[in-house]
Amino acid sequence: MKTGKTFLAGLLTLGGLLSAPGVALAQNTQAEIERYRQMLGDGNPAELLVMRGEGLWKQKRGPKQVSLETCDLGKGPGVLQGAYAELPRYFADTDTVMDAESRLVHCMVTLQGIARADAVKNPFSGTGQRQTDIEALVAFVVEESRGETINVPQKHPKEIAAYQRGEKIFFYRAGPYDFSCASCHAEDGKRIRLQDLPNLLKPEPAQRAFATWPAYRVSQGAMRTMQWRLYDCFRQQRFPEMDFISPASVDLITYLGVRAQGGKMDSPAIKR
Amino acid sequence: MSFKSFLSAALVALPIAATLPASYAQQPANTEIQSLLKSSFKTRSIAKVERLDQSELQQQCSAYATSPMPEALKKSLEQKALASVKYPADGRYLGDWKRGERIAQSGVGMQFSDSEKTVNGGNCYACHQLAKAELSYGNIGPALYNYGKLRGNTEPILKYTWARIWNAHAFNACNIMPRYGDAAILTEDQIRDVMALLLDPASPVNQ
Repeated sequence: MKTGKTFLAGLLTLGGLLSAPGVALAQNTQAEIERYRQMLGDGNPAELLVMRGEGLWKQKRGPKQVSLETCDLGKGPGVLQGAYAELPRYFADTDTVMDAESRLVHCMVTLQGIARADAVKNPFSGTGQRQTDIEALVAFVVEESRGETINVPQKHPKEIAAYQRGEKIFFYRAGPYDFSCASCHAEDGKRIRLQDLPNLLKPEPAQRAFATWPAYRVSQGAMRTMQWRLYDCFRQQRFPEMDFISPASVDLITYLGVRAQGGKMDSPAIKR
Repeated sequence: MSFKSFLSAALVALPIAATLPASYAQQPANTEIQSLLKSSFKTRSIAKVERLDQSELQQQCSAYATSPMPEALKKSLEQKALASVKYPADGRYLGDWKRGERIAQSGVGMQFSDSEKTVNGGNCYACHQLAKAELSYGNIGPALYNYGKLRGNTEPILKYTWARIWNAHAFNACNIMPRYGDAAILTEDQIRDVMALLLDPASPVNQ
């Protein structure tokens, strides 16, 4: 956060935003969020979380009392810049394709000796709760890719296989509503109520969507990660509950990331 | 699928497959995707993991999501969907449009965050314009403002609209709208109320 003042002004604007009459609010939400963004300038409430994440990254933690500073996010131990923009990717040490959140959990387990069950327990903060450690770490890691070109690799056979499974998942209709991801994200100019839906089959909207997650959700007062984005889409799709960093989630993120190739990371972003 | 339509489907698929790198040619089987999903999701509350098992309709609609479905298959899915429709035994199609409006506004129900006690909504406004006063409507489905005013409420219109809500695949297989009756999202009485919202001359939809 650049200054406490702009942050405070932002919060006051936000208060006004949320108390405005319903219809007008809905219609003007996009414009108001744009105004809110401009008022904040370079600031974003998620910056507080980025700072906390940086602290956690450098702090000696877990039974082994080591930091995450040697964690390899794909570009070598401790290399953060641009790492998120190339995830998910294949990692030889686990022989699997991993997204940012999977890899952070992997590093917490292998480097710090934290039990996996503890590392994946409650990955998303609840309403009004303090953001989780994993959310803070993701915020820090993704910030280090701001402005970097999305380049999710398709070289290793397992990366290609992940993409192909991800594509099938995108079109997989199931549940009492018969929905797939494509039900809402395969056409231009569609909305649910007044909420615009990106057509994720087209490069430009796919790039913008991938580039702006994780994002600070104004309506929730919290930064949400890509894993959360999928988790909550599936809830509305009337699917069962998606497991955090499950294989299907990583495949789907791989599909979305490859389709967003060439976009520029701009995250944590601010959304409604 | 007839041999002829299989052959034409194969001929259509061939040039597309030929342009992809060899490593992309091997598509994952549907059974692989289903077990992958089942290992990645868990039952919570009313949302059981069995929801990931696909019906024939869901499987075919997924398989043909990005390519045209053979006409014969589409027709057969539509016939099965039409056969699934249960018309009201007492011949009463219209309920209370005011209750219908509340059902159309409500988006809750059947999510893992809901319970058995949750009264399902229809969430019609998520995708359709209905009453003119409600400006917060989606556009995934067609606008339904003046639905009844434009069509009247003759027996064929009542039956058609009922069937469309019950199982929209009867008229256009693999369209996006949920099967409100067939999948037991709404009760028969709730469907009567939504019918009234669409077709009652006094409903704000028809003002």
